[in-house]
Amino acid sequence: MNVAMVSAPQVDRAAAGKAGLRERISIRKLDFYYGDSRALKAISLPLFDRKVTAFIGPSGCGKSTLLRVLNRMYDLYPNQRAEGEVLFDGANVLSPKQDLNLLRARIGMVFQKPTPFPMTIYDNIAFGIRLYERLSKSEVDGRVEESLKRAGLWNEVKDKLQANGLSLSGGQQQRLCIARTVAVRPEVILLDEPCSALDPISTAKIEELIEELKADYTIVIVTHNMQQAARVSEFTAFMYLGELIEFGDTQKIFTTPNDSRTQDYITGRFG
Amino acid sequence: MRPSLYARRRRRNAVAMSLSLLATMIGLGWLVLILGALLWQGLSGLSLKVFTEMTPPPGSDGGLLNPIVGSLIMTGLAVLIGTPVGILAGTYMAEYGRYARTTSVVRFINDILLSAPSIIVGLFIYEVMVAQMGHFSAWAGAVALAVIVVPVVIRTTEDMLLLVPNPLREAAAALGIPRAYIIRHVAYRAAKAGIVTGVLLAIARISGETAPLLFTALNNQFWSHNLNAPMASLPAVIFQFALSPYADWQKLAWTGALIITLSVLTLSIVARVVTGSRRQS
Repeated sequence: MNVAMVSAPQVDRAAAGKAGLRERISIRKLDFYYGDSRALKAISLPLFDRKVTAFIGPSGCGKSTLLRVLNRMYDLYPNQRAEGEVLFDGANVLSPKQDLNLLRARIGMVFQKPTPFPMTIYDNIAFGIRLYERLSKSEVDGRVEESLKRAGLWNEVKDKLQANGLSLSGGQQQRLCIARTVAVRPEVILLDEPCSALDPISTAKIEELIEELKADYTIVIVTHNMQQAARVSEFTAFMYLGELIEFGDTQKIFTTPNDSRTQDYITGRFG
Repeated sequence: MRPSLYARRRRRNAVAMSLSLLATMIGLGWLVLILGALLWQGLSGLSLKVFTEMTPPPGSDGGLLNPIVGSLIMTGLAVLIGTPVGILAGTYMAEYGRYARTTSVVRFINDILLSAPSIIVGLFIYEVMVAQMGHFSAWAGAVALAVIVVPVVIRTTEDMLLLVPNPLREAAAALGIPRAYIIRHVAYRAAKAGIVTGVLLAIARISGETAPLLFTALNNQFWSHNLNAPMASLPAVIFQFALSPYADWQKLAWTGALIITLSVLTLSIVARVVTGSRRQS
């Protein structure tokens, strides 16, 4: 599964096809603007089905911005706009006709800081489910349990589902957020530095979880931790100053990158 | 550092601290004096009769039942009218129209309304309601008080919703939850204590207002719960009785003032406790 290395913005799609990969999301010539400042420059990138793709790069390089384009999170704010194409199962996500709530139900997101809602652990998870599906009480119960088990949190909270979500520890809160995301059954999960506020043990748990989740989901993770990118991802995109410098097989990026800037970053010379 | 320089700084510090202390004492001193006078003059008149009997003619026994009930009715109505308007407007400003031009215009006007002299509110309601209906009424009184409630509630609702961290809204939006649900189930829930405090503060603010009531609900010597007729209220009765030459009326005025002060104090303490418990959780 060694996809040929190519410098951005072209990606060797033929090689990808040969390796049995399916492009779930295709980012094509994407530009992003905060007001007049251009934060992303002609990004083209494939995100493969049931694989983990890591976005790495120094602070301010645009990796979180890129992630927030995929579920159009930027739409909550004025003066932010994207140009280009983001094809998700063939349809352009950036189209004004796109129903944002449906899009976000299909592309879930977990944030840097844990953000449990100010309600019980049970309701934190049931809230999203009840909105999109008409389920009986026992079905919701089942789904809550299933999601908490997937997130590896069930054993810790099964006796206190009615406790406030805010009463959990940071690592537990983050797993609650992952459980909540998984509960609405998305197809893609975006993780924006999900471990940066967590201790090493919680981080290890989240990484194990990502390993399990990729069997069913397409996962994109933004991380500052290069060991983490190397551990959990199959593909890595290195970004610098709003440009995609290099994209390819994670092992290749971390051992024999094509671009000298990638080499400098992963060896810790800058960033 | 040279010792002389250090000594000079210490002297300056001592002077500045004494001046601030003095200013604090002056401010607090008045408050203590007012509370003391109220307790001294009002406490002796406080009896069960105050809460069970009507306002008396001069020279006979009586209580403050009709103005207490009148104040409760009009304050209650004002809160019922003013709170929904204030919360909805505050919600618009903090949630839907946060970046809109309208919001900054509304916020500016609201701040003016917030500090507008209440006598102007009374005159305005006199013009649009009392003059049109041809008589004073409890309705007009309640509406005048509601006009004072609205800007207070708008301000606190907006402020409290703005304190709800954006990542929380983003997290809800990222689940595909529609905006109205995010506001109702996430933002309101997180800002609940603050919004309730705002309403309590608005009640405290209007429970002592006299000017707007003099122009609208006027006063009533007798028991009346007719909303289309003039209605007694504690501030209006205090105003009337305190200015009268009769000693027993003056005593009742002191007692009424004490009742208002104690209720406002209680409300403020409740508001403090409510916000305090939020901070702890």
